[in-house]
Parts: sequence; structure tokens; C-alpha cells
Amino acid sequence: MSREPTALGASEDPRSVALRAVSSTVKTGAMGLIGLANPSRFLAFSHRLLQVLVPVTLAAFAAGLYLAFFVAPDDYQQGATVRIMFIHVPAAWLGMMCWALMSIAALGTLVWRHPLADVALKAAAPIGAAFTFICLFAGSMWGRPMWGTYWVWDARLTSVLIMFLMYLGLIALWRAVDDPSRAGRAAAILALVGAVNLPIIKFSVDWWNTLHQPASVIRLGGPTIHPAILLPLLVMVVAFTLLFITLHVSAMRNEILRRRVRTLRLMQAEAA
Amino acid sequence: MDLGAHAVFIVAAYAISTAVVAGLVVWVIADHRAQVRTLAELEASGVRRRSEASRRAAQ
Repeated sequence: MSREPTALGASEDPRSVALRAVSSTVKTGAMGLIGLANPSRFLAFSHRLLQVLVPVTLAAFAAGLYLAFFVAPDDYQQGATVRIMFIHVPAAWLGMMCWALMSIAALGTLVWRHPLADVALKAAAPIGAAFTFICLFAGSMWGRPMWGTYWVWDARLTSVLIMFLMYLGLIALWRAVDDPSRAGRAAAILALVGAVNLPIIKFSVDWWNTLHQPASVIRLGGPTIHPAILLPLLVMVVAFTLLFITLHVSAMRNEILRRRVRTLRLMQAEAA
Repeated sequence: MDLGAHAVFIVAAYAISTAVVAGLVVWVIADHRAQVRTLAELEASGVRRRSEASRRAAQ
């Protein structure tokens, strides 16, 4: 077995060399993440990231909307209203994903005291609320011609409405408390409590008899949607997700700047 | 492109969704400009942070 010379000139077991290389890579990755915890480094990194995200998001929406309106056929039952699904489903996915992200950020605030965790949580709430509203509105626009009603108090619709109201509560909580660190801890607790609603939303169509149809994309037996409609739907999901990341990173940058303004104003008041 | 008998519902869904997304984009851009402007005004008035470089990175 060949041995790699060490700095001292002695040969070394290749497994040790490989192990050290892997360990070094893991450490570098971890240090990269830890480095981003520094707000100034995050601002510099996110500035470069946004220069890529914005054009990629626009391209994804252009492709998604083209497929949705010029390639996807009418559904044999829903007709042209199936096109509402291309915004309703991604918005529903993002409303839930955003709350899941806020729950992870809440753990970051309460357990690890990560400097950017409550920044991420606060920045995400209005965006999640907006996507949940789009989900509810688009769903209601689809429901009227297909179900004969804009709204029904079934388990899926009601649990999503509760999530929307909890988003509004979270935003109100941030506005009600002046001190960002106190507001962050209270919001983190509310975010974790609200996370209980996520499995209820997901499985409501299985646990109760609902007018809303059961899962048709993410399910054990695979999607039940024809590929001609599934492809535009997935492209729109990617486009909406990229939009969410772009908006969230931008809102996080704004929140960091807002806290700097607050610090400077406090310094100014102390100096006066 | 024929949206059929339910075109009004499809157009309404896309129009409101576009308006909401546009509102988010305008909010993010306007908020960024407001924070950068306020930071610049505070620093011009003599209040300084420890790191000037981070302000440049934000712009």
C-alpha cells in the first residue's frame, strides 16, 4: 500500500489522509454557515446571491406561465379552470413551507440563539401570509365554478384559514413589542405552537371527510395528475419557491438594516 | 387561448395573485431604500457604527 508523505517526511496511512480531507471539508462547510451568522457577511453574501436569484426566478416564471397557458391542455373535468391550480398549489405549498421554515428559525432563536434566526422568522411572516392569502383566494376562485361555492368550512380550508390568521397574529406580535429580542422569543414560541397545524393541514383530507380532494402530487402511489398538466405545475412550484427565496433573503437584509438603524438611534439618544 | 366559460374566475385568480406578489416586491424594494437612506442620514449626522464596510455591502 502506498503511503503519502507527511510534512515531517514520514509516510501516512491513505485512510487517515482521506479522513482528514473529509473532516476538513465538513469543517469548512460548517465554518461557512457559521460565517453567515455574522450579519455583515450575510449582507455581502446575499447581495451576490440576489444577483443570481432574480434573473433565474424571472426565467422560471416565464417558462411556467408559457407552459400553463400555451402548452397545458384543459382538464377533462375542470376545463380551463385547471390553470388556477398552477398558482393555488404552489401558493399552498409555500404557505406551509414558510411556516416550517419559521419553526426551524424559532428553534434557532430559542435553543441556539442564532443571531439571524429571529431575523429570518420576522422576515418570513409577511411573505408566508401573502402566499397563504393567494392560496385561499385562488382556491375560492376555483371552488365557485367547480364546487358551486366560494367557501366551505371543511377541515382543509378551515385549517389553512387558521394558518393565515396565525400569520397575521405573528406579524401583530412583532409590531406590539418594541424590543426585537423579546418580540423574537415570543414570536418563536407562537411559531412552534402554530407548527402543530402543519400536519393537520396536510392530513386533514385523509382524517376527515372533506370537499377538498385528497393529495394528488405528493402521495405514496405517485402523482395522479397527467404529465401534460403535472409538468407546468412543477415548473410553477419551482418558480414560486425561487420567488419566495428571493423575497425572503431581501426581507432579511432589510431587517438587518432596520436593526442597525435602531442601534444608531439608541446611540444618538444616549449621546444627546 | 380560450379560457372558456369560467374565464372571469381564472383572470381574477391571476390578477389578484399578481397584485399581491407585486405588492411584496414593492414593499421589499421601498423598505430597503428607506433603511439605506435612514442609515446614511444617521451616519452623516455623526453617529457611526464600528464597521463602515458592512453598509457598503448592503448597497
